[in-house]
Amino acid sequence: MSTQPALMQTISALFKRDLLLAFRSRGDLLNPLMFFLMVTSLFPLAVSPDPKFLGDIAPGVIWVGALLATLLSLDLLFKSDFEDGALEQLLVLPQPTFFLILAKVAVHWLVAGLPLTLIAPLLGLMLGLPEGGYGPLMLSLLLGTPTLSLLGAIGAGLTVGLRKGGMLMPLLILPLYIPILIFAASAVQTGVQGEPVTGHLLFLGAYLAFAVAVCPIAAGAALKISVAR
Amino acid sequence: MWQALKRLYHRLGSPKWFFEISAKWSPWFLWIGAALMAAGLVWGLAYAPADYLQGNSFRIIYIHVPSALLSQSAYVMMAVGGLIGLVWKMKLAFVVSKVIAPIGATMAVLALLTGAIWGKPTWGTWWVWDARLTSMLILLFLYFGVIALHNAIENEDLANKAAAILSIVGTINIPIIKYSVEWWNTLHQPATITLTKKPTMAPEMFIPLVFTILAFYCWFAVWLFARTRNEILWRERRTQWVKKWVRDNAL
Amino acid sequence: MHFDSLNSFFAMGGHGFYVWLCYGIFALIMAVNFLSPAIKRRQILKDIERQMRREQK
Repeated sequence: MSTQPALMQTISALFKRDLLLAFRSRGDLLNPLMFFLMVTSLFPLAVSPDPKFLGDIAPGVIWVGALLATLLSLDLLFKSDFEDGALEQLLVLPQPTFFLILAKVAVHWLVAGLPLTLIAPLLGLMLGLPEGGYGPLMLSLLLGTPTLSLLGAIGAGLTVGLRKGGMLMPLLILPLYIPILIFAASAVQTGVQGEPVTGHLLFLGAYLAFAVAVCPIAAGAALKISVAR
Repeated sequence: MWQALKRLYHRLGSPKWFFEISAKWSPWFLWIGAALMAAGLVWGLAYAPADYLQGNSFRIIYIHVPSALLSQSAYVMMAVGGLIGLVWKMKLAFVVSKVIAPIGATMAVLALLTGAIWGKPTWGTWWVWDARLTSMLILLFLYFGVIALHNAIENEDLANKAAAILSIVGTINIPIIKYSVEWWNTLHQPATITLTKKPTMAPEMFIPLVFTILAFYCWFAVWLFARTRNEILWRERRTQWVKKWVRDNAL
Repeated sequence: MHFDSLNSFFAMGGHGFYVWLCYGIFALIMAVNFLSPAIKRRQILKDIERQMRREQK
């Protein structure tokens, strides 16, 4: 029998450690939420506070805000572990990096994507999102934000340790985010019109499944390159 | 007069003095504030006549206006504290400034929520992008910035200075922001009835408001003192007087 | 009294939900502002006591 700690134990230990670290600097957890709120507020200020107009653009604006807020929060995914050498140690563990990265991304989603999802109805209220939109908004965010975290892990992995990495990472990931944005915003708009949104949600679900299977592999490869630098 | 000011200036340089004197004053502010709050709220909720336009929802004014006022003046106090800390290098000024930020933010949140909820029976929606609420929202963003900056910088001294600069810049910007938001608002909406028509309020409606405003400020002092004393305890934890105080007040 | 019964006081002429929601939020925020420093005080006392014990060893 192997004397290595079981895979599940390692994953749950890493999961708990990352969660604990995230909660230690509680202020940092609020930053993506505040950014989400601020960015969404820019649109009425920049264009028009007319309730009907806002209601029409609300699905798109909220989703773009969530996207940008997630991008902002991805910086922290690997950075502190990279800087103190813990990342290198994680990568040379006998356990497959696939699951370790999955654990890290899960924590990221719990402290970034999930809060964004939970605060979205408030933003819908502020932008006058019509009633039919709230359900599809929550569901699309619930299905979409984990994918955002997973895809983001690849970008974060590629740019961690680069001095100019902060600006570069969004450029790398945004194109990958576009399909999610299209289908999610469309889902909300369709929901506002009262039409069924199952097709849109199925696409988001399929993209999520694909991301869970592929992204940790790509992120792992990216991290190994970054660490070797 | 000058002698008294000089004495005060020197005393304020001593965290221990502030610690002791704020402990003495705090109960006064607490109970006077409580009395004012009770009087204001009972009068305002149960005895004041209803507004002829808005009915009974206007009673929200007794918590909306004080929190709005307090959130705005607290921001200025925070900036002034930062300025004093930068110019006169008084540590206590930095401590007070740091500690005001979360309090002011909660007041801004209260003002925003009560303002929004008040808007529902008045205007029919849960949120309106009018000048007052939008300015208050931006003030909340300014508060978040200061709080986030404090949290992000580990070195206490650097954090104080950076946050001081940010809050001073913010204060200078507040009139500019208010003006531009009001201008923006007139582009999109004709002049609307404001939620609070202060000059034309009958005394039976206005005086309870004065009570609750004073009550909020009294309690602001209590919260400020409590948080400042916490900061002082932690920053001066290696001094003899703190160690003695901790021993005397052991859990 | 502006209201003739306790019921009409709670009803606030139809605006009861909004008025009491606001005052509920008010009570919550007041509680947070009073309790938060008190909780922090306990934490600080514990930490300082621990530090003092370490110094004694």
